[in-house]
Amino acid sequence: MSEGRIRVLIAKPGLDGHDRGAKVLARAMRDAGFEVIYTGLRQTPDQIVSAAVQEDVDVIGLSILSGAHNHLFPRIMQLLEEAGAEHILVIAGGVIPEEDIPALEKLGVSRVFTPGTPTSEAIGFIRERVGA
Amino acid sequence: MERCEIDAMISGIRDNRPGTLARAISMIEDEEPDSAHLLEGLHPFTGGSHVVGITGPPGSGKSTLTDRITKHLRKRSKSVGVVAVDPTSPFSGGALLGDRTRMGDLATDPEVFIRSMGTRGSLGGLSRAVYGAIKVLEAAAKDVILVETVGVGQSEVDIARVADTVVVVFVPGLGDDVQAIKAGITEIGDLLVVNKADLPGASRVESVLESTLNLAPPREEPAPKIASASAERDEGVEELLDLIEEHRNLARESGLLELRRRMRARAEITAILARRVSRHTEGYLSDGDNGWYRRLTRGEVSPGELAEELWSKLLGQESEG
Amino acid sequence: MFDEKKLREIEEQKRKWEEGPVAKTIGRFPEMKEEFTTLSGYPVERTYTPEHIADIDYEKDLGFPGEFPFTRGAQPTMYRGRLWTMRQYAGFGSAEESNARYKYLLEQGQTGLSVAFDLPTQIGYDSDEPISAGEVGKVGVAIDSVRDVQTLFDGIPLDKVSTSMTINAPASILLAMYVAIGEQGGHGPDALSGTIQNDILKEYVARGTYIFPPEPSMRLITDIFAYCSQHMPNFNTISISGYHMREAGCTAAQEVGFTLANAIAYVDAAVEAGLEVDSFAPRLSFFFAAQSDLLEEVAKFRAARRLWARIMRERYGASDKSARLRFHTQTAGCTLTAQQPDNNIVRVTLQALAAVLGGTQSLHTNSRDEALALPTEDSVRIALRTQQILAHESGVADTVDPLAGSFYVERLTDDVEEAAREYIREIDDRGGAPAAIEEGYIQRQIQESAYDHQKAVESEERVVVGVNRFRTEEKKAWDLLRVDPAIEERQREKLENLKASRDAARVETALEELAGAASTDANLMHPILEAVRSEATLGEISGAMRSVFGEYRAPIVL
Ligand code: B12
Ligand SMILES: Nc1nc2c(ncn2[C@@H]2O[C@H](COP(=O)(O)OP(=O)(O)O)[C@@H](O)[C@H]2O)c(=O)[nH]1
Ligand SMILES: [Mg+2]
Repeated sequence: MSEGRIRVLIAKPGLDGHDRGAKVLARAMRDAGFEVIYTGLRQTPDQIVSAAVQEDVDVIGLSILSGAHNHLFPRIMQLLEEAGAEHILVIAGGVIPEEDIPALEKLGVSRVFTPGTPTSEAIGFIRERVGA
Repeated sequence: MERCEIDAMISGIRDNRPGTLARAISMIEDEEPDSAHLLEGLHPFTGGSHVVGITGPPGSGKSTLTDRITKHLRKRSKSVGVVAVDPTSPFSGGALLGDRTRMGDLATDPEVFIRSMGTRGSLGGLSRAVYGAIKVLEAAAKDVILVETVGVGQSEVDIARVADTVVVVFVPGLGDDVQAIKAGITEIGDLLVVNKADLPGASRVESVLESTLNLAPPREEPAPKIASASAERDEGVEELLDLIEEHRNLARESGLLELRRRMRARAEITAILARRVSRHTEGYLSDGDNGWYRRLTRGEVSPGELAEELWSKLLGQESEG
Repeated sequence: MFDEKKLREIEEQKRKWEEGPVAKTIGRFPEMKEEFTTLSGYPVERTYTPEHIADIDYEKDLGFPGEFPFTRGAQPTMYRGRLWTMRQYAGFGSAEESNARYKYLLEQGQTGLSVAFDLPTQIGYDSDEPISAGEVGKVGVAIDSVRDVQTLFDGIPLDKVSTSMTINAPASILLAMYVAIGEQGGHGPDALSGTIQNDILKEYVARGTYIFPPEPSMRLITDIFAYCSQHMPNFNTISISGYHMREAGCTAAQEVGFTLANAIAYVDAAVEAGLEVDSFAPRLSFFFAAQSDLLEEVAKFRAARRLWARIMRERYGASDKSARLRFHTQTAGCTLTAQQPDNNIVRVTLQALAAVLGGTQSLHTNSRDEALALPTEDSVRIALRTQQILAHESGVADTVDPLAGSFYVERLTDDVEEAAREYIREIDDRGGAPAAIEEGYIQRQIQESAYDHQKAVESEERVVVGVNRFRTEEKKAWDLLRVDPAIEERQREKLENLKASRDAARVETALEELAGAASTDANLMHPILEAVRSEATLGEISGAMRSVFGEYRAPIVL
């Protein structure tokens, strides 16, 4: 869609403080030529969606290891819809039980990357989906 | 993009629709062909905002200060646009844009619009798209637009060309003398603020700044004012904002604002032209097969003559296209 | 430890050996890598000889267990007298559920408790606040008031079992709650033993559950030091933690350097607040990770003990008792994989072995389902059994510091100590740990190491069994622990009941007094105790302090 650089928002929803994965991923994406916006810990769904809209990102990457995904993700997806930003690709990663993934995908989360997946896989997925 | 789509975009911007503002800025950043039309269309609606540049070394607290200034502006019922620039990696072309981490709770205020940008190709200077983003935010009728630069190299000088008021941020402990003298920084700032005044050494920086100013050659514009603040503790920010507003009012009365605006327009035109020239010539010069380098090394042409040749070619193309 | 002449002979022989047999062997079978390195990236030589420890002075650098500089152990007889405390970090859902898990663990032979709180509790929010939605009881036990703490320890003899609480920003509140329920059970504060983590600096750096800005946070910590030095002689007032920084990605030497730099900041703050070093320093405790490079880790623990002893003596003229570093260890969760989870049992065994060989005072062993969810009862039992097997079957607990004298381990001990010292020097130059954190120096170092590690794994330069090599088809259905989402509603009801039944006026006065005291320099433990006794909630007490101290956003380094 966009002809320019791929822009990604890496977001840490909820009270989760695990940021090692998010930061590693942010760096890997930077090194892959993406523009990565990182907003820090303790982001509410509202903050994530507003930031994504203002920054006109192609991708939102949610990183969550606190088990609160089933509560937070539906809210984020709903707000995205309300903001007319369904075109943004949403992916997620972290400690998310296998059995929760189908429901998250149904909400519109395109792919969930669990521990041990190489960052290159997420990067490849983004390239494939948003081009450039 | 059809003309009417651009018109729709412009009215979306004027209605302050965040998605449209965002998209417009991306078009400009990505240099989409329509962005030139967009900027033309926006032009009549620009010029109404107070553009404040915030520059200073990385880590000096520019983002934190931007956050605090914005909050005070909001208390004064002013709408705010923020453009925050971070460096693009010269190796990958990617960037880590982290200024928003300091502005978390502004994200959901509908009267605040924050946009992060990489410097992309702009050689350490202000991202070219900053000029465009300012226009978009002006058209969205933001009362104040804060531009946070990367704070290194050319950007410090560039900011003076786009802002109505330039705030230069200093901090204690970063090689106090060097900071002040570097790049004649005291010459581009309208306000010199010593941030992190909660840390030891702040008053020393203030006095170094004062003596630097005393030694500086007289200039046409009024001498910069010195202030101190602790963005972290939100101390002195209110006063800083008063000074910022005062500067703008004085500048308007004295005609300085007009001068600045003219400089900004000039810089913009120059930038557009320079961009155009380099786009044409870069294509030619990076082509290894057309033999320009061989001709040069064989002594058939000099660099000057080659440039002349390219220039004529370019003029020819321009008049055709 | 060898004489000059002997060393020269050995050196000569080594040269011959390298030119002869080694060269010949390499000619036929090249070594697998150009350079071998420890997990932390330090070069590892082919073999170690007496030359490598030529500089070591036995009395000065090693000494005897329980004696300065404590390289060989914190106590003279170590595990021959008493095994390390087996302390599994646990907590989830409600106080009732967690209490049942504690009792189960104690029945299975665990010897101490370790409480994991949920995130709202750790960040000072009650379960009914909007920000807590979806997080209540998810990754730890939900605690809203002293009543929950009462339930949590119901039927557990507080004078016999020591309790560790991973609580930082609201440490004084939980400590006060613990004191309050102790009193209700007839045990004064002096009868209680245990540890509060209470280490805010590493929260800013690597763990993320901070509330207040650094200054008032440090003050809360020194208030606890002062209170405990008078009333709780058996309580560790802080657990200065390298674990989280290590888990966030740093190296072994960084772990030691950064942890001790933080420790120095706490000691400085307490001294500044007017406390005598030897009045509080013996109750400082530490917390490290046990990573997978077995020998490097053993060296790390020994180096940490020696370096701290020296720092305490050199900088503060502290007594030997103050200089003695005691620590808890947790095996490194970040090495555990979601792939082939049973392999994790083996990893944990090796890591736990490192902790024991390194002389830990207490130990948590991670469960095989670490990368999937909080552990199930079955998984945590295996983890506990791992410790018991090490303790009772392996023989490594029978002699103190069994690896002392190993050319390699002694060399590594020296190297880790020196590298850690270098980091401390670097941090001192930046004005100490708080300044270095504000500036992002420590965070940057950690992230650099974390990213390097990630790249090394992705390029297969570092092998992770089951992840980048030796993969198999994964069995899907793992039986995972799931926290019942209804807990949130139940906590809310409990809060409603509490608020309906307590003396509202007493609560209000207590909170006002706390806020008042917060803006003076009075010790806050006393007003917090009163607030807790009045059954003010954790969120209300934190709120009273928030209103005075404000909230902090830690610097984020990219
Ligand atoms: C390291 C770690 C910590 C460190 C965190 C350091 C830091 N600054 O990040 C420390 C020690 C501080 C910590 C603390 C806690 N932890 Co912890 N921690 C872990 C651990 C061991 C590894 C996580 C990690 O960093 N891995 C390395 C990184 C690179 O991998 P990653 O984050 O998984 O990311 C990869 C993928 O998941 C994916 N990915 C991740 N995010 C994203 C995002 C996108 C967009 C994409 C595409 C991909 C992607 O790509 C990455 C590369 O492969 C996990 C268990 C495990 N092995 O996974 C537990 C774990 C996550 N922690 C857990 C808990 C409970 C806690 C605590 C809450 C305990 C407590 N009650 O106090 C605390 C509090 C933390 C807090 N403030 O939130 C639980 C969570 C349980 C659950 N969700 O059901 C786990 C699963 C352990 C367990 N089984 O109990 N922890
Ligand atoms: N002590 C102190 N620290 C500050 C102050 N303002 C900002 N900081 C800290 O300085 C660091 C860099 O701030 P940031 O706003 O990101 O700086 P920038 O790179 O110039 O945008 C952060 O850790 C801030 O918390 C201040 O007034 N006092
Ligand atoms: Mg910034």
